[in-house]
Amino acid sequence: MPRTFTPKVVTANALLEGDVVYLTAHGDWTRDHAEADLIKDEGTAEIRLLEAQAQAHEVVGPYLADATPGARGPEPVHFREAFRTRGPSNYPHGKQEA
Amino acid sequence: MYAYTDFDRDFLAERNAQFRAQVERRIDGSLTEDEFKPLRLMNGLYLQLHAYMLRVAIPYGTLNGAQMRQLAMIADRWDKGYGHFTTRQNIQYNWPQLRDVPDMLDALGEVGMHAIQTSGNTIRNVTADHFAGAAAEEVADPRPVAELIRQWSTDHPEFQFLPRKFKVAVTGSAFDRAVTAAHDIGLRLVERNGEIGAMVLVGGGLGRTPMIGKVLADFVAFDDLLPYLEAIVAVYNLLGRRDNKYKARIKITVHENGIDEIRRLVDEEFIPRRAAFNGADMALLEKIKADFAAPDFVAGSGEFEAQYADDPVFRSFVDTNAVDHKHPDYTILTVSLKAHGATPGDATSDQMRVLADIAETYAHDELRISHEQNVILPHLPKRHLRTVFDTLAEAGLATANIGLASDIIACPGMDYCALATARSIPVAQQIATRFEELKLEHEVGPLKIKISGCINACGHHHVGHIGILGLDRAGVENYQITLGGDGGPDAVIGERAGPGFAYDQVVDAIERLVRGYLELRESADETFLDAYKRLGAAPFKAALYPEAKADAA
Repeated sequence: MPRTFTPKVVTANALLEGDVVYLTAHGDWTRDHAEADLIKDEGTAEIRLLEAQAQAHEVVGPYLADATPGARGPEPVHFREAFRTRGPSNYPHGKQEA
Repeated sequence: MYAYTDFDRDFLAERNAQFRAQVERRIDGSLTEDEFKPLRLMNGLYLQLHAYMLRVAIPYGTLNGAQMRQLAMIADRWDKGYGHFTTRQNIQYNWPQLRDVPDMLDALGEVGMHAIQTSGNTIRNVTADHFAGAAAEEVADPRPVAELIRQWSTDHPEFQFLPRKFKVAVTGSAFDRAVTAAHDIGLRLVERNGEIGAMVLVGGGLGRTPMIGKVLADFVAFDDLLPYLEAIVAVYNLLGRRDNKYKARIKITVHENGIDEIRRLVDEEFIPRRAAFNGADMALLEKIKADFAAPDFVAGSGEFEAQYADDPVFRSFVDTNAVDHKHPDYTILTVSLKAHGATPGDATSDQMRVLADIAETYAHDELRISHEQNVILPHLPKRHLRTVFDTLAEAGLATANIGLASDIIACPGMDYCALATARSIPVAQQIATRFEELKLEHEVGPLKIKISGCINACGHHHVGHIGILGLDRAGVENYQITLGGDGGPDAVIGERAGPGFAYDQVVDAIERLVRGYLELRESADETFLDAYKRLGAAPFKAALYPEAKADAA
C-alpha cells in the first residue's frame, strides 16, 4: 500500500532580505503562503525542490513544508510554519508589519 | 577600558573589507550558499526564521557611551530601531539585510567593536562578571585576563575549526556572577599566598547534556595562564568528538575520558606550549591592566540619604536595583531591560542613547551588559542616583525588579531562532505581566526564572530556580519545568518536575508554584531556592500538579 503523502509547499528565505518565501506554481517566489503551489504528490515535490535549489541566486535553504488546502489557498500545518507566515509574537515586525 | 591600537583598527578594517567582497560575490553568484555560509558565520551573520541576524560581541560585557550610541545608530539605520542583549553579553540585530551588513561592521569598527567569533566552532566572545572592577568583594578585576584571552583567541590559527563552539567565562568574585561552572572553561580568580591566579574549571555546559564544570587546576599563575588554556583547547581539538555534533563539546570529552586523564594530557601538552611563550603575553597583560585602571572616584554622596528617605518609590528602586560598590560613595546600578510585559533583553535605540548619555554625564563613561540581559552602570556616584533614576523613568527604564520573578532570562525562542522548538519571549512577557498584576514579586523576593525555547538552553533554564524549557510535542508547544537550579558558585542543574504544560497553561503553573512556595517558606527571609533545598521537590511538585495530588488522595 503506498504511503500517504501530506501535501507540501516549497519554502525558503530570500537571499537579500532573509524574508520567508514560497515557490509558486509558475516557478517564482511569493511572500504569501496562500499563493504557494500546493504539491500533492511526492515525485512532484522532489522535482519542485530541485527547481528551488537551482535558484540559489534568489533564495537560501529551500525545503518542503507540510501544508493543507484552505479557503484562500494553502495553509501551514505546523505551528513553526504558521509563525513563519506572519512574524514574531512580540512586535508587529516581519510580514505582519506590512 | 581597553583602548584599541592602530593594529586593532587596521585588523578590523581589513577583515571587514574581506567580508564586503565575500558578500558581493555571494550576491553576484560567484559564491554558492554552501561556500558563503561559513564565511558569514565567521562574521557573526546568521540566517534565522524571518530574517538575517547579526550577533555583535561586547567582550566581557564592557562598553562606553560612544559604543552604546553607535549600537543605537546601527539599530536605527540598518535595523528596526532596537537591539537584543543576550545571555552571552552580545547584542543581536534581528532584521539586517545582507547587503547592509558590511556597512554595519564598518560602523562597529569605528568604535572598536566587531562580530568576529560570535559564531562558528571557535573560541567565542569571552564573558565576565558584569560587576567587574566595581564589586566590593572582588578579589581582582577579571577583565584584563578576559581581554588577554580575547586577543589570544581572536583568529588563533589552531582554533578556528574546533569540534564545536567553545565558551570561556571569567570571574574575580567568589559570588561568581559569570556562571563559570556552565562554561567550557571557567576561570575563577583566586588569591594564594598573596598572588592572584586562576582556578580553572573545565567541561561545564548546559544544552541537551547539562554538566557542571570540574576543577582542572586549583591555581594557575597568570604567567602560565595562556599556555595552560592553549594546552586545554589543543587537547580538546585532538580528542573532541567530530563524529556526532551532540557529543562534540568538551564536557563530553571530559566525561568520556575522565578529568584525571584530561589533566594528565593537558599537563603534558602544557610543557612545550609554555616554552613557546616568551613573556610577551605578560608584558601585554600589564599594558591591558593599565587600561582597566579604576576611574578617579569622587568622594561625597550629596543629598542621597535625604532623597532615599523621602521617596518610597525611589527607595524601592535603589533597594532592588543597586548594590554596594567598593567605594562607599558609589553604587553599582542595574538597569532592568525587563519592564513588565516587555521583551527580556531588548532596548530601543532611544533607550540606548539615554544609557549612553547617563554613563558619559554621571558614571565615568562605563556600561556593562549582564548575562542576565540587563545593563549596568558600574560606577555611579550616589549623589547622582536621584537624577539618574528620574532620567531612566522618563525612558521607561526604571523598573525595580532586579533578581525578582519578572527579571526573566529568555532566549529569542521560535519568534526569531531557527533552532528553537517553541516560543520563549511571549511566555516571559506573560509571566512578568502576571506578577505585576498580582503585586506579588517583592513579597516573593529573589527568584530566578529562566526560559529556553529549545534544548540548546540559551536561556540557561537548567540553572534557573525555576527553569522552563519549550519543546515541540506532537506539533504543539509544550513547556517542561525544572526546579532547584542555581548558577552561582555552587552551581546546580535543576531537576525536571514532571510532565510539561501547554502554552496556555504554563503561566498558571508558574503562579501555582510561586504561591506554593509562599505557603511553604518558614519566613520571608527563606528564598525560593532555600526552601527548595530544605524541603526537596515533592511539595513544589504538589503545587505544580494539584490534580496528581487529588488523584493520589
